[in-house]
Amino acid sequence: MIPINNFLVLSAILFSLGIYGVLARRNAVLILMSVELMLQAVAINFIAFAVYLSPDQFTGVIFAIFVITIAAAEVGLALAIILRLYRNKATANVDEADIMKW
Amino acid sequence: MTYEEVIFYVIAVPTVVGAIGVVTARNVVHSALFLILSLLAVAGVFILLAAEFLAIVQVLIYGGAVTILVLFAMMLTRVRDLPAALDGPQRPFAALAAGIFMGISILSVVSTEWPGETEEINVISIEQIGNELFTTWSVPFEIASLVLMVALLGAIILARGEEGE
Repeated sequence: MIPINNFLVLSAILFSLGIYGVLARRNAVLILMSVELMLQAVAINFIAFAVYLSPDQFTGVIFAIFVITIAAAEVGLALAIILRLYRNKATANVDEADIMKW
Repeated sequence: MTYEEVIFYVIAVPTVVGAIGVVTARNVVHSALFLILSLLAVAGVFILLAAEFLAIVQVLIYGGAVTILVLFAMMLTRVRDLPAALDGPQRPFAALAAGIFMGISILSVVSTEWPGETEEINVISIEQIGNELFTTWSVPFEIASLVLMVALLGAIILARGEEGE
């Protein structure tokens, strides 16, 4: 029997690596990949809580399905925006997209 | 250590190694390949949690569609040809923030007594998920489909560009 803590610690490690990636990377595609890691950590957490802590309801599993759905939509939209950015500024680095900064 | 825990570590180590590769690799394509490793290992974690439907969805959507999309975006934006460094100067601060978050969350996980924790994993069948999804959660389900459609239409319009450009 695997204790629930194993899954929660794994999810915390994945989420922290995602935070590191989002903060340290400059390229928009790499930032998007780090966000995916964070969403995976959230899905692991939801499912672990659903199967260990609530035997009758399994809202966590349903939520994980929604997380994956929204993540798919987000990836499609974000990559279109990155393509647009590349076409306008010839770069995909987020710190060169500073039109709205003053 | 039971054999189940051995299997858990066999799956958890590739997950973490893949994630570290994603955030530290010097080559963007290596980064994407590490992402595939990590996502497939997460599908293994879902199977360990007896959520086989989510594992299948994970392999289909993340292992297939998302990684292909990411690789396409890399090809079209020519990330590899650009000489600029992949990491910014804020790397130490990012490591500090992520380390503090990891410490706090792991400490709180370890020190919490989870109420109602069961000894056995409750196996949730695909049939149960389907019933729940189309009865209790039918309105959020429809909204999610609407969100998907709007997002993909928006993606098409954004990527196509304006007329006469």
